[in-house]
Amino acid sequence: MSGATFERGYNTLKEQIDAPVAAFFSSCVHCGMCAEACLFFTETSDPRYTPIYKLEPLRKVWKQEYTFWGKLTKALGIAKPLTDKDLADWETLVYDGCTLCGRCSMVCPVGNDLAYMIRKLREGMAASGNAPEGLIGATKRAITIGSPMGVKLPALQAQIRGVEAETGLKIPVDVENVDYMLLLSSMEIMNFPEFIGAVGKIFEKAGVSWTISSEAFEATNSGIQIGVSDLAAELVQRIVDAAEKLKVKNVISPECGHAYMAIRWDGPNLVGKAFSFNVVHILEVLDELRKAGKLKLKDKESGSLTYHDPCQIARRGGVLEQPRNLMREMSENFVEMPEAGQMNWCCGAGGGVSSNERADELRIKVFNRKKSQLDSIKVDGMVSACSNCRIHLEEGLEEYHMELPVLSLTETIAEHLAD
Amino acid sequence: MTEMDLLLWARGPGLTIATIIMVGGTLVRLLEIFLMGRKANLAAARGSATAGGLGTMIRRSIPDAGTFKRSTFTIVAGYIFHIGLFIIIFLFIPHILLFKSTLGVSWPGLPSNVVDATTVITIIALVAVLVHRLLDPVLRLLSEFNDYLVWFLTILPLITGWMAFNRIGMTGPSLLAMHILSVELLMVLFPFTKLSHAFTIWIARWYNGAIAGYKGVQS
Amino acid sequence: MKKDQTLGESLREQGVSRRSFLKFCAATASMMALPPSMIPVIAATLEKARRPSVIWLSFQECTGCTESITRSSSATIEDLIFNAISLDYHHTLQAASGDAAEAAREAAMEENHGKYVLVVDGSIPTGNPGYSTIAGISNIDMLKETAAGAAAIVAVGSCAAFGGIPKANPNPTGAVSVSDLITDKPIINVPGCPPIPAVITGVLVQFLTFGLPELDDLGRPAAFYGKSIHDRCYRRPFYDRGQFAETFDDEGAKKGWCLFKLGCKGPTTYNACATTKWNDGTSFPIEAGHPCLGCSEPDFWDAGSFYKALSTPTESLGKAATYAVGAGLLAGAAIGAVNRGRKQAAAKRHQKVTIDDLEKES
Repeated sequence: MSGATFERGYNTLKEQIDAPVAAFFSSCVHCGMCAEACLFFTETSDPRYTPIYKLEPLRKVWKQEYTFWGKLTKALGIAKPLTDKDLADWETLVYDGCTLCGRCSMVCPVGNDLAYMIRKLREGMAASGNAPEGLIGATKRAITIGSPMGVKLPALQAQIRGVEAETGLKIPVDVENVDYMLLLSSMEIMNFPEFIGAVGKIFEKAGVSWTISSEAFEATNSGIQIGVSDLAAELVQRIVDAAEKLKVKNVISPECGHAYMAIRWDGPNLVGKAFSFNVVHILEVLDELRKAGKLKLKDKESGSLTYHDPCQIARRGGVLEQPRNLMREMSENFVEMPEAGQMNWCCGAGGGVSSNERADELRIKVFNRKKSQLDSIKVDGMVSACSNCRIHLEEGLEEYHMELPVLSLTETIAEHLAD
Repeated sequence: MTEMDLLLWARGPGLTIATIIMVGGTLVRLLEIFLMGRKANLAAARGSATAGGLGTMIRRSIPDAGTFKRSTFTIVAGYIFHIGLFIIIFLFIPHILLFKSTLGVSWPGLPSNVVDATTVITIIALVAVLVHRLLDPVLRLLSEFNDYLVWFLTILPLITGWMAFNRIGMTGPSLLAMHILSVELLMVLFPFTKLSHAFTIWIARWYNGAIAGYKGVQS
Repeated sequence: MKKDQTLGESLREQGVSRRSFLKFCAATASMMALPPSMIPVIAATLEKARRPSVIWLSFQECTGCTESITRSSSATIEDLIFNAISLDYHHTLQAASGDAAEAAREAAMEENHGKYVLVVDGSIPTGNPGYSTIAGISNIDMLKETAAGAAAIVAVGSCAAFGGIPKANPNPTGAVSVSDLITDKPIINVPGCPPIPAVITGVLVQFLTFGLPELDDLGRPAAFYGKSIHDRCYRRPFYDRGQFAETFDDEGAKKGWCLFKLGCKGPTTYNACATTKWNDGTSFPIEAGHPCLGCSEPDFWDAGSFYKALSTPTESLGKAATYAVGAGLLAGAAIGAVNRGRKQAAAKRHQKVTIDDLEKES
């Protein structure tokens, strides 16, 4: 077999099913609570976005391959086996209508981790050729060029030169034996290069040694988003190779949600080996510096600010307290939005949704969920730690004619650094 | 076969067969789950998977405020009939006698008229839950034969039990026989329908909590 | 006693006043839950009733039913009722014995062919006929012979009605009930071990007055067996509240709490014990502190222990569950192994996905 075929996809789904998946499908009682937890359902009222419904193809495979009655009904011809049409019909539900935000996994009363299962379903969808065009293109670029947005080293170098000129700092590239190797998402490099300068300023003041690798600077892992572990592993391996080559102690995942998930939690499992270095999120680094007294700010933001928790960093990543510590450090008036923290609502653009043009309209529609949260608090600005969230939030705010600046936590801290 | 023969069959071979199928079937389902295995996590742990798993097993029974506001009916009606079932099955003295004769342990029960009232409330809650399932668009999309069968299997022992306690509808031996047979039907289909969630939710919640706890999140 | 005397004539001859007679009719009407307007009907009918010939056959019985019927305390009236039927054959009560007794039976059968009432107590062995014989005739033959000319049959006691004690596991004599053998005659079952005296006489009076009574699906007169002990038990409020005696002499027992836990079969037993009671309304087993045995129901000897509650299983579930655990573990392990094999096979078939494998072959 070569090329995407239904058989490859079906076989992949069989491989993906493990004890947790079996426990989850065995326990679902069709209560429908997962729908109420998913912004794609709450903002469209389309029941097909019910998370457990999105998982129907995977459930069918589990039932017919790994349960006694399922196998029996399939053998007797009573149960209908999965078809390629099923997978094709489910493409928009699994890719356009889901960001892998995991809110459903927090709400399910029987304890199902639905996002975990969506991730596995995507493996079968992709292997059978049922992934969205936009994501396929991004993945191809990520593998061949090194960045899903097609950002090559010269583009990065140009941005670095700009940052150096602006800040007067030297941005270290390919320096060995330093404490931290910083990764960057293409989104940051192209749209928010100030981030690089911000990190540079903070690390200089804190006396932290760091570098960027010219061979592996891309944080975004398209393989995770499209759901192809083989390709995701290839992307992670580039980072591992670079980190080992430069003999760094830690690798920093920048302000990007899925990048953190990919390198911190999936990474070693994808390449099949524990890392010889630590992986930290930039927020974790900054909070450590704050605790060590190495993050000295001369003043704070005076306006009221709220914080949007990027799903893969907070709920799925475990970085919940650090941004709040940092917010309190740099803001005089930190206002939490309702359901802040691990139950915060997804911005609507993660997990490959923003790379998928077909999903644009839906993505803007579900921004209404974040809008409702913002409407209930009156703040002067919103801070976050994921550039994909930021871009999409800005788009949403504009669509609904809301004047609200969206700030990067790292950049804002850097702005208030004491000289 | 007389009424009495039916009752004696239900109290005798019927119960034995149902027990064998339920116990055996449940074990098969559990092993079907566990033996699928799970890959070890090679990422560096931030928190404890064990603490997470155990914690979520319990914590998941308490919805957060936001979820409660959005899914109020499902949660409230669900709790009413689950707690009702618990009271009826485990705190009705004639049932406690059944457990005592099988397991050797017994515990104090509630006054039987309280259990009788609980039965009525539970039946009402179950009817409400069915109506909700038939009307709500999400539930209409999700529901299949299994869901309606299980509803029927669950309410039948309640109705026949209420009839038997209040002596309505049939003569003595038939009232008891119908009730015990309806329970046996439930037992026999327990492992092969979504009723198995009674056992598997502890596993599902464990995995959920362990996966999250490993990352330092309390799910 | 002259055979052609009416019951009324016979009673007057004995010196029973009209008043006493009407009192008896009133008591009978009340026991059958009939309205007062029925009293004159009962009186008129009994008055004119010819003393029918009654042949009482005793098979595999303990004589308890005879003891019961003769223990009626208002002996005068019921004795007279007895006198008002022509009891032409009864092992315990008849004066004759041996050949004379059998001759009397045969004579009565011939003279009243098609009109006599056959009363049976005791079960009938279908195994070796030698298990129970009378004058060398097996029970089964005597029953068939005598039933042939009977107008109706009254099966008194649980043995005749359902097989009773002799039928209990392992039933060594092959004991069966009257209705197991006779299918072409109307049979009234009057079960109980023994039946209540007033119920036996009440059934006879009802039959004489109104003909065949309304029977339930076990052939029992609905007037006396229409309600369960549980539905008429004075201890029912305790059941409804869940107050049970745990042992025969604990606090609950002393307070007269429900005997469900001690094995009471009241909920599945239909009889008049809770209302009519025994010894002229003195008491009945539950009132005396002992759970109902269910003695008026078929196979009550084999209906699970007398002392195990109705909500408990009759077989040992522990053993069954243990075997089920073993079988479940084995089957589960086997099925699980097969599943793992499938998964491993799928993993082996995995081909590494490259960027050229993301689009469908067109």
